[in-house]
Amino acid sequence: MKKYLLKRFFMSIITLWAIVTITFFLMHSVPGNPFAKEGKMPPTVYQNLQRKYGLDKPKSEQYVIYLKNLLRGDFGDSMKSRVETVNDMIERGFPISAYLGVEALLIALVFGPVLGALAALFQNKVPDYISMIIAIIGISVPSFIMGTVFIQFIAKNVSWIPIGGWGEFRHTILPAIALSLMPLAYIARLMRSSMLEVLGQDYIKTAKSKGLSKSTVILKHAVRNAILPIVSVLGTLISNLLVGSFVIEKIFGIPGLGAFFVNSIVSRDYTLIMGTTIFYSIILIIMLLLVDISYVLIDPRIRLTKEGR
Amino acid sequence: MDNILDVRNLSVSFKTFFGEVEAVRDISFTVGRKQTVAIVGESGCGKSVTANSIMQLLPMPPAFFKSGKILFKGEDLLKRTDKQMEEVRSSQISMVFQDPMTSLNPTMKIGSQIVEGIQKHKNLSRRDAKKKAIEMLELVAVPEPEKRVNQYPHEFSGGMRQRVMIALAMVSNPELLIADEPTTALDVTVQAQILEIMKDIQEQMGMSIILITHDLGIVADMSDKVLVMYAGQILEEGLTREIYKNPKHPYTIKLLESVPRLDMARNESLHSIEGTPPDLYIPPKGCSFFDRCEFALKVCKDYMPQFHQHNKTHKSRCWLNHPMAKGK
Ligand SMILES: Nc1ncnc2c1ncn2[C@@H]1O[C@H](COP(=O)(O)OP(=O)(O)O)[C@@H](O)[C@H]1O
Ligand code: SF4
Ligand SMILES: [Mg+2]
Repeated sequence: MKKYLLKRFFMSIITLWAIVTITFFLMHSVPGNPFAKEGKMPPTVYQNLQRKYGLDKPKSEQYVIYLKNLLRGDFGDSMKSRVETVNDMIERGFPISAYLGVEALLIALVFGPVLGALAALFQNKVPDYISMIIAIIGISVPSFIMGTVFIQFIAKNVSWIPIGGWGEFRHTILPAIALSLMPLAYIARLMRSSMLEVLGQDYIKTAKSKGLSKSTVILKHAVRNAILPIVSVLGTLISNLLVGSFVIEKIFGIPGLGAFFVNSIVSRDYTLIMGTTIFYSIILIIMLLLVDISYVLIDPRIRLTKEGR
Repeated sequence: MDNILDVRNLSVSFKTFFGEVEAVRDISFTVGRKQTVAIVGESGCGKSVTANSIMQLLPMPPAFFKSGKILFKGEDLLKRTDKQMEEVRSSQISMVFQDPMTSLNPTMKIGSQIVEGIQKHKNLSRRDAKKKAIEMLELVAVPEPEKRVNQYPHEFSGGMRQRVMIALAMVSNPELLIADEPTTALDVTVQAQILEIMKDIQEQMGMSIILITHDLGIVADMSDKVLVMYAGQILEEGLTREIYKNPKHPYTIKLLESVPRLDMARNESLHSIEGTPPDLYIPPKGCSFFDRCEFALKVCKDYMPQFHQHNKTHKSRCWLNHPMAKGK
């Protein structure tokens, strides 16, 4: 296990370096620059700004400087905000985004499997159809449309549910649900088919032949095995959730990291683009690692090779 | 004899998209105390459906009981509710399945799977139940049982898993053990060990056994009585000795010919029976074996032969055995 983790760690570093490099050069190859939009500005001011952020130096030199700062954990100054560094912005936005993301993930992880399991247990009956409808909506309707619909039909009619903003739990309800629908629907469908397969397995018959009650057979033997495939797609779902959060934060006016990220691209805030991209990558890499480890822990058949343990 | 199980006129069908599959058609048999009854027949002839009917483990729907009774110690199991069946399963009747590779839960430790079965019927603490689980593994001769209880199924070989299944089936000392092709998925050498273990346990614990197999070869030293099944019906029933020494039904004779023998020459090919069993969507009106029978008579096609009792224990369903057919 130790060896495996070490290997994963180095792989992650290399992945991260590749992301930094690709983002850096792609970003600079896109036309425009952070100060292009600020109207007419005297050439001297423009040159001063360029110099201040090191944009007058050759690309390769800028890249080396950036890497050096990055190693110290410094994402640099934002090119737009005069008061906050990129680190400040991440520190401010991330807890908000994380709260929203975790809440959405929890909703998906609780209701997805339950809905899927019920659909399988009542195959071709009412619960199955309900879960099918939710799944079709969740998978085919993008979260930004979902979010807009929620605002239009729920927030505008229910007085205690706000249209947007941030601060209290009630602010999180609609965005979290909108964000959770896609993974929830996906998990429900996966759980349904996995559960149907497990229910047909011999070991379920063995469990019944032991005289166990129906609920024990379902909860202890069927659900536990049916949930395994869900863990294996969790990584993908989490990254989808991350992407979804950019838009949802924008729609509901939530001051999270996603909003910074979207704004930074629009305004070509080079340092903020780099900072948020790298930060998101790190979060995603950690999540994927956690998912892999938990998979190994819950499925005894998948053990890392003997030497790796 | 005091019968523990008395199946009377049992018919079981499946409702499918294409129509009704008559998987078991009007079978009757008894199992005495401490007796071993073998049910033999080619695959698809309704052996598993019969076994699962007794335990009521068939998926319903599509399966349904058309008629008959399953009397266990005089009480009709078919009258029991699902909940009431839970009390019978394992504590009075238990079952070992064909494929040991798939019949244990892959994500649960062997010990926990046995403990679970013990605790369902006995009021034991987890620790005592685990002790008992280890004893059960000893009973079926699993080496190093203290270590083995903490392992997962994938760490066991097929033969060892089948031993675990037998241990699991025996935890609450059932009066009837149904073994549905317990050795079919195993190597020949392992097959003999498993059968030996079952025989040993039967001597120690005194339960009755229904041994299901498609191989007449393995039942010779195991069973007291043999039922030969074909296309959902019982075609011949007799004491093991009678079936071996004096088979009456052409199908039984064919089955016996298809048993591999040690004294057979290397290149002598096995007689497997030509043709396939009839379609159970529309079972034949006459003898089920008609299509494949080399002795078939005109009467066989349209008239179902009834049982002819050769003696008190031996009977078969074939027109040739009819008292009026003296030709052969
Ligand atoms: N779930 C099911 N649905 C439809 N038909 C079934 C089902 N299970 C078994 N059958 C039918 O019942 C017949 C007997 O099957 P089975 O008892 O499993 O045979 P075997 O003697 O090999 O154990 C087969 O012809 C099969 O087509
Ligand atoms: S009844 Fe006729 S067809 Fe059937 S087994 Fe006997 S001889 Fe053959
Ligand atoms: Mg079978």
